[in-house]
This record gives sequence, C-alpha cells and structure tokens, in this order.
Amino acid sequence: MSAAETTPPAALGRGAAAPRALWHVILVRPEAMTLALLILGVIIASQLSPFFLDINYILRSFTLSAEFAIVALVLTLVIIAGEIDLSPAANMALSTCLFAWAQASGIPMPIAIAIGLLAGLAMGALNAFMVIALQLPSIIVTIGTLTLYRGLAQIIAGDKSIRMPDWFIGIDKVLILGIPATVVIFTAFALVLGLILAGTIFGRQIYQIGTNEVAARYAGIRTRRIKLVLFLLMGLVAAVAGMLTASRLGSVRYDLGLGGELQMVLMAMLGGTYIFGGRGTILGTFLAAWLLVVVSTGMTVANLLPAIQLTVLGVLLIVAIIATNLIYSRTQR
Amino acid sequence: MNALRSILARRETGIAVMIVLFTIAVSLYKPQFFTLNSLRVILLLTPLVMIAAMGQMLVLVARHVDLSMGSMLGLSAMITGMMFRDMPYIPWPLGFVVAIGIGTMLGLINGALVTLFRLPSIIVTLGTLNLYRGLTFIVSNARQVDRQFVPSDLKGLSQTSPIFGIPWIIFMAFAVVLLTYWFAMHTRVGRQIFAVGSNPVAAPLRGVKVTQVTLLVFAISGALSGLAGIMYASRWGFVNPSNTGFGFEFQVIAAVVIGGVSINGGVGSVVGVMLGVLLMGCVAAALPLLGIPGTAQGAIYGAVILVALLIDRSVRRQGISGLKLVRV
Repeated sequence: MSAAETTPPAALGRGAAAPRALWHVILVRPEAMTLALLILGVIIASQLSPFFLDINYILRSFTLSAEFAIVALVLTLVIIAGEIDLSPAANMALSTCLFAWAQASGIPMPIAIAIGLLAGLAMGALNAFMVIALQLPSIIVTIGTLTLYRGLAQIIAGDKSIRMPDWFIGIDKVLILGIPATVVIFTAFALVLGLILAGTIFGRQIYQIGTNEVAARYAGIRTRRIKLVLFLLMGLVAAVAGMLTASRLGSVRYDLGLGGELQMVLMAMLGGTYIFGGRGTILGTFLAAWLLVVVSTGMTVANLLPAIQLTVLGVLLIVAIIATNLIYSRTQR
Repeated sequence: MNALRSILARRETGIAVMIVLFTIAVSLYKPQFFTLNSLRVILLLTPLVMIAAMGQMLVLVARHVDLSMGSMLGLSAMITGMMFRDMPYIPWPLGFVVAIGIGTMLGLINGALVTLFRLPSIIVTLGTLNLYRGLTFIVSNARQVDRQFVPSDLKGLSQTSPIFGIPWIIFMAFAVVLLTYWFAMHTRVGRQIFAVGSNPVAAPLRGVKVTQVTLLVFAISGALSGLAGIMYASRWGFVNPSNTGFGFEFQVIAAVVIGGVSINGGVGSVVGVMLGVLLMGCVAAALPLLGIPGTAQGAIYGAVILVALLIDRSVRRQGISGLKLVRV
C-alpha cells in the first residue's frame, strides 16, 4: 500500500497495482518473520542459558522433534495444495505399532519394516480415497481417520509397550559428520522437497491447485493425481517418521506421537504456509522447525512444566496464523 | 402414503432403525442386553455427550467446527472443582454458574478469534484445544481434585432420582435437548444460524448479523461444554487435569455427524443428533457385553465418523476453502 503512494501514478497501467519495492518483496513475507523470530529466540535463549551457544546442544535437542519436522515438510505441500491432513501423528503410531508387533512375533526385520511402510502407504491411500474419489472435505475426513488410526493402534498394542531390538535403537545417537542422523535426514529431505516445490513443474502445479483448483483443472493439470501423490507421500513419510521415533524411544506404545498434529500444523503455520492454500515455502517450514526447537528447548531450560509448554504452543499457533494472514493480506496483488 | 414415504426418507428414521437393528442383533447374541438395566447403562453413558453434542451441532450448522470442547470441559470442571476444594462453604449450585460462565468465556475467545481475524475455526480450536488443556494444568498445578472435595449433593445428581430411578443428570440433559430444539427451530436467532451455515454470502444480504451469530454459537458451545464439565464432576466425582474431557470432542463429533448434521453447514436436526448420541451410547454399552475391550472405543468413534461421512449425500466438495469466512 505504501508502495502505491510512492510510485508516480503515470508509471502505472490502468487498474494495475504498483509494483512492490524489492526490499518489500524480500522482507515483507512470512519466512522473514520466522527468521527474525528464530534469531530473536536464539538471542533470548542464550541469555537464559549458555548451553544455547553450543551448536551440539541445539542439534541434540532437535532430534526430539525431528520426526514431526520431517512430516511437517510434507504437510506443507498438502496445505499448499489446498488440503489438510490431521492424521499423520496417528498414522505414525499405527504403522509403527504394526511394525513392532510384526517384528515381536518373529517376522524377519526387513519384512516387518515393509509391513510398517505399506501400512503407512495404505493409510495415506485411505485418506486420498475419501478426499479425492469421494470428494469429502479433507479436514473432517482426517479428523475421522485420526481417531480411527489411533484407536486401531490402541487395539493392536493395548496398554503394553513393545520393545525394539537393541541394534534398532538409537538412530538419533548416530552421528554423520558430527550431526545426528535424523537431523541430516530432515535437512536432506527439506532440500529435496524445496527443490521440487520451487524448481519443478510438479511443484508449481501444487501452488496452482491450491490457488484455484477449478482453474488448475481447466489448465490441464492433473489435480487428482497430484493430490493422490501428496497423500501417499504423507502416509509413507509418516510411517518412516514413526520408525525413527521408535528407534529413538527404544519401545513402541499406542500413544506414540500423541498430539503431534499440533506441532506439525504449527511448524507449517509458523513457516508462513497459508492455511487456505496456494502460498507457503519449504524454507519457511524448515526455519519454523528450528524456531520451535529453540522455543521448546528454551522452555525446558527455564524449567517450565510440559503442560505450560502446551499452552505456549497453542498460543503460538494462533499468533502464527494471525500474523501470516495479515502479511498475506498486505501483499495481496 | 406420501407422508409415510417422507417419514421413511428422513435421516432420523434411518438412525432410529439402526438403533433398533443394533439392539436386536446384540440381544440375539446376548439376551441380557435387552433389559431395563442396560437401558439405564446407556442413558448414564450419554448425558455429557448429549449436552455437548447440542453445542457442536449449532457450531457445525453455522459451518464451523469446535475441536476444543474436551479442553473447555476440562478447564471449567477443574476451576469449579478447585473452588469447591478451596472454598467449601460456597453453596454447591453456584458451581453451575461458575462452570457455565467459564465455558462461555472460553467459547467466546474461540468465536472472537474466528470472527475478528477471519481464521478457519478448525485451526483456531486446534490451538485452543491445547491452550486450554495447558491452562488446566497450570491453574491446577497438575494436581487432581479428589473425591472428598466434590460436594455430595452434586454427586447425588447422578445417583438420586426424582422418578423412575432415572438420575437427575439425564433429565438435565433432556432439558438441554428440549431447549436447543426450541432455540434452533422456533427463535429468530436460531433460524439465523441455519441461514448463515447454508449460505454465508446470502445471509448478511438478508440482514443476518453473521459475526454476532458466529460468536453466539461458539459461546453456546463453550457454555454447554462448561455444563458438561460440572456434570463430569457430578458423574465421576473427581476432576483430573489430564483425563477430564480428553478426546471428548471426537466422541461428540462422531455422534453429531452420525446424527445427520452436515459438516458443510446449514443442515442438522436436534432429534437426529439426540438419536445419534443414543446410538453411540448403545454401541458403548454393548462393547463389554460382546467381549470387545474398551480400548476399541477410539477406533469405533473414528470408523463412525467416516461411515457417517460416506452415507451423508449432502456433503459436497468444499475443501478447506469452504470454511473461509466471506468478507462482507
């Protein structure tokens, strides 16, 4: 708006909005907000505790939420495509319970892993079937499947926890060039998805679907196929994330990843993904994941109860979505 | 003949038939299901869900959704319980005022966030679901309010009965149902909720104040969650920061959508929701008889939501953009 006042009217085409200044384009966007908050968070946290200036400490803290962060990357794509998936945390629990149950009953490990991954894929396929083939709204479908998957996990595992074999435990302790393996996986996956989203036709088509699905279909984009791919990827990645969690915890219970949907949605929203679709970047979610780690680790260092952290996350979600919507309404062209 | 056909075509009839068929099927297998005692069990399972379902129905009819009900229930029950514990001299009926008041306030916060910033209610209430749960831990210092602190008169509401051995809380639940029926079907504001939900663009053009109506449905949803909160204290005699109301919203949503409320707004009937709640109650009461462990309940709620979506032909393609509030 301020740009419109500073540009001479003669330079404008009739009815066209003024071009935004370069600094405006670069700075007034949600990812910039995330980055600023991240820097602010690190500064505040390092005042609280000197641990924060130790990069290894932050890396180790990141392993605690790396699995959710990995899923949040895919969730970002799903939200950009104009859908939402609240079921991945429950998917993590069910696929991992199936996997753990299979390997505990003597099925060889590779087959057990395949069972878990296939289960995740099947759950993604069920979501996709309800949303794409039956044309049901994804919000309520995934609320239903969230309850269903978690409930099935509870039936399979009961109240017991299933132990993992020793060699399977501890992927978060494995260091690759001094960086925990899950963090490496997250970063690599973010890089791949970011390149796909920003640099390929497939990626641009995801944005187009989210901006206007009808127009996208008339433009010859296979909207159903792309959404199917996204939901299937969601299921598969959730299953992988579930196994990473099992490896970190050393045992599996039905409540694995309970409440993870909040954190995943929060990471996407904090990273500036537009809840109504069509806008958002992987970079934003990537930064938001680190921001969330700094915030929750800072709260742990400050000795806040986990329950209070829950409150803070809830407030953050609401603040993030308000801020993102404001920024987008400012820059709407 | 036409009248008969129109009765048969109604959603309510379908649910009633499902209840009858389910009862017959279970009774054939386990005859003790078909007794007055199991009717009592079913009725005792339902009042909390019944009350909250009325609120959720109004929210869904207005084309929103309230995921924070369980946490609103928990927080209002906790504050009321702590009031009983720390101020035992307070007359116990005041607990109803406090619980409903707190619930209303929490619901208004949801409504204000949704209307003021034009946010989708699903994300807002996902946030407040966790926010209110966290607040419950904070105000209670993560400690449970034990049985001895809940007034015995309050607990008596779920045990003593004015007539036929049916406890008070069941009558209260049905009173709420009747009130909701009158409100939704026979008041101007009630009909406006349906107008907003069936066409958010047209409603303001006909003079419906969409913002006020939206605030109102969220406030009602909160108030009824608060009422369900104090009834939880009455029914179970304690309030626990982590258990009380946890996962409650999924039971409520399952009952409401099986009761024929369209998640696209504008469609829903009090009778249908009431039957939906009773059907869920029948299922919950039959599980132990059939030897199915209680852990299966979550899966059943999820399956019910999905099945209800499948049979609901009024649900058309909307996506999340269908929930976007229209700027007037």
